[in-house]
Amino acid sequence: MGHEETVYEALDSAHGGEGQWAFGTGFDEPLAGVDTTVPDGIDPADLGAYCLMLGDDALVLAQRLTQWVTAAPELEEEVAVANIALDLLGQARLLLARAGSVGVLGRSRDTATASIPDEDALAYFRDADEFRCTGLVAAPNGDFGQTMVRLLAAATTRLAVFARLRDSRDPVLAAIAAKGVAELTYHRDHAARWVLRLGDGTPESHRRAQAGADAVWPLLADAFTATDVEQRLVGAGVAADPAGTREEVVGVLTQVLDRATLRVPAWPADAPPRGRLGLHGAELAVLLAELQGLAREHPAATW
Amino acid sequence: MSAPTLDRPAAERPDEAALQRQFDATIAADRRIEPRDWMPEGYRRTLVRQIAQHAHSEIIGMQPEGDWLLAAPSMRRKAILLAKVQDEAGHGLYLYSAAETLGADRADLTDKLIERRQKYSSIFNYPTPTYADVGVIGWLVDGAAICNQVPLCRSSYGPYARAMIRVCKEESFHQRQGYELLMTMMRGTDAQRAMVQDAVDRWWWPSLMMFGPPDDDSPNSAQSMAWGIKRHSNDELRQRFVDMTVPQAAVLGVTLPDQELAPDPETGRYRFGAIDWSEFKQVLAGHGPCNDERIARRRAARDDNAWVTEAATAYARKHES
Ligand SMILES: [Fe+2]
Ligand SMILES: [Fe+2]
Repeated sequence: MGHEETVYEALDSAHGGEGQWAFGTGFDEPLAGVDTTVPDGIDPADLGAYCLMLGDDALVLAQRLTQWVTAAPELEEEVAVANIALDLLGQARLLLARAGSVGVLGRSRDTATASIPDEDALAYFRDADEFRCTGLVAAPNGDFGQTMVRLLAAATTRLAVFARLRDSRDPVLAAIAAKGVAELTYHRDHAARWVLRLGDGTPESHRRAQAGADAVWPLLADAFTATDVEQRLVGAGVAADPAGTREEVVGVLTQVLDRATLRVPAWPADAPPRGRLGLHGAELAVLLAELQGLAREHPAATW
Repeated sequence: MSAPTLDRPAAERPDEAALQRQFDATIAADRRIEPRDWMPEGYRRTLVRQIAQHAHSEIIGMQPEGDWLLAAPSMRRKAILLAKVQDEAGHGLYLYSAAETLGADRADLTDKLIERRQKYSSIFNYPTPTYADVGVIGWLVDGAAICNQVPLCRSSYGPYARAMIRVCKEESFHQRQGYELLMTMMRGTDAQRAMVQDAVDRWWWPSLMMFGPPDDDSPNSAQSMAWGIKRHSNDELRQRFVDMTVPQAAVLGVTLPDQELAPDPETGRYRFGAIDWSEFKQVLAGHGPCNDERIARRRAARDDNAWVTEAATAYARKHES
């Protein structure tokens, strides 16, 4: 008896007032209350550009993983994939807000109403050539096996970078990285468990996982080459040098594929940065059209 | 999962009449029946059907709003919506687990859903053409679900009652988030306000139908009430929902599409117009706007990924030690 009454009461008190409810769920303004002053000797434009690189990777991969929601193999996997996408979305929100806080807002900022937050101006009102994500995250999912191989590769490279960024001279970036390391470790381990099961499961799953690895490996060609922005920020003690993560990333990926009884594909030769400079294939434009369509249809709206 | 005691060989079974008396006494005292307790076969069957339908509704219910996950118009809304859809998957999981304590099997229940041998809430067969639908589903559909489910926190079957306590907390969160989205849209542009009113017009009557047929046309209700599986009649729950929602609509600034909706000074409750049950029956019979699409998505998730499930089973078998 008592329980039912208290639940109703709780609901009742919730719809008093003006519909103003405090959620306390962490969904609100990503950097609210955080000191966003840029330390001396750091170029704000470079810092903002770097935050876009890391933020766009997270946003685009979150979008890709979300494509599995209501289509995943098991209910447990629906929950896990949504969880990982939510973590990445959270990282993207913090990083885009950091970019906005140093004045990096994209060339089309003025097409949206001034009242939307920086994170939305950046996520919804930049064109594809202003995005700084890598080809590794922008590529379409493929089947579940390829999706998990890509997640393994993306989480492993990102984790290696984030682990180093915990010592960044930008305290905001360092704090974002410290929070992200635990999340990315879980993402990597989740993906690795699937790669093991699929590689060492049935002949069909082995074949599919191998095809997934063969499709994903070439996307790592520019994973270890730094842009000029990154090089300058490495010098300033702000960014992690992707070249310095190679040994760790190759080691982890090789170990997982070996244990999964998969052949490690040939490592692609280092290529100059593409996605990090805004050079993307058509698949990113398709992804962004879906992501941004509604927001752009109502540029004067707040949601 | 241990089989229910009624599967034991007859020789081991204590006197059935004595068991029935014990069961009746538990129900009469408003105590909980637990998985290992004896229960009448009809009670078990009714519960499995009800819990499975409820679980299916949670899972199918991910789709109408899930269609907006990729296109949610702000980062905050995207995060809120993704968390909500994830909650619904979690609700499905708890409920399938509750059904499994009664000897049901999740894969088998999923097959029954896909083959349309078990039902889910008809409300999820309506489309979601605008983002206001996300807010209205939270406000009205989660709101109606709460009215239906809060009494189930006292269901006579322990695992179901406990699952519902957790589910209800999250549903009330969804309802507030939906309402807050609508409030934000009502403060926005004219186009946004029009979207909200349009969505309210489309969802109001279907959400009243979520409480099921009127009491004089609800054949199984009496037995379910006697068993403590159901606590209030359909019409009583529907009335509670109307009474709770009308003032919220006024604060929001939308009109509910019912000319007859008015306070009844005698009862202090709201009178409302007649519901078109022929539409309800059409949708329930599988002829709603999205029935085929909803089931096709579940079928694809099962069939296209069958190789993944098989691989996981094969791997577990190889590596068990
Ligand atoms: Fe739910
Ligand atoms: Fe819900």
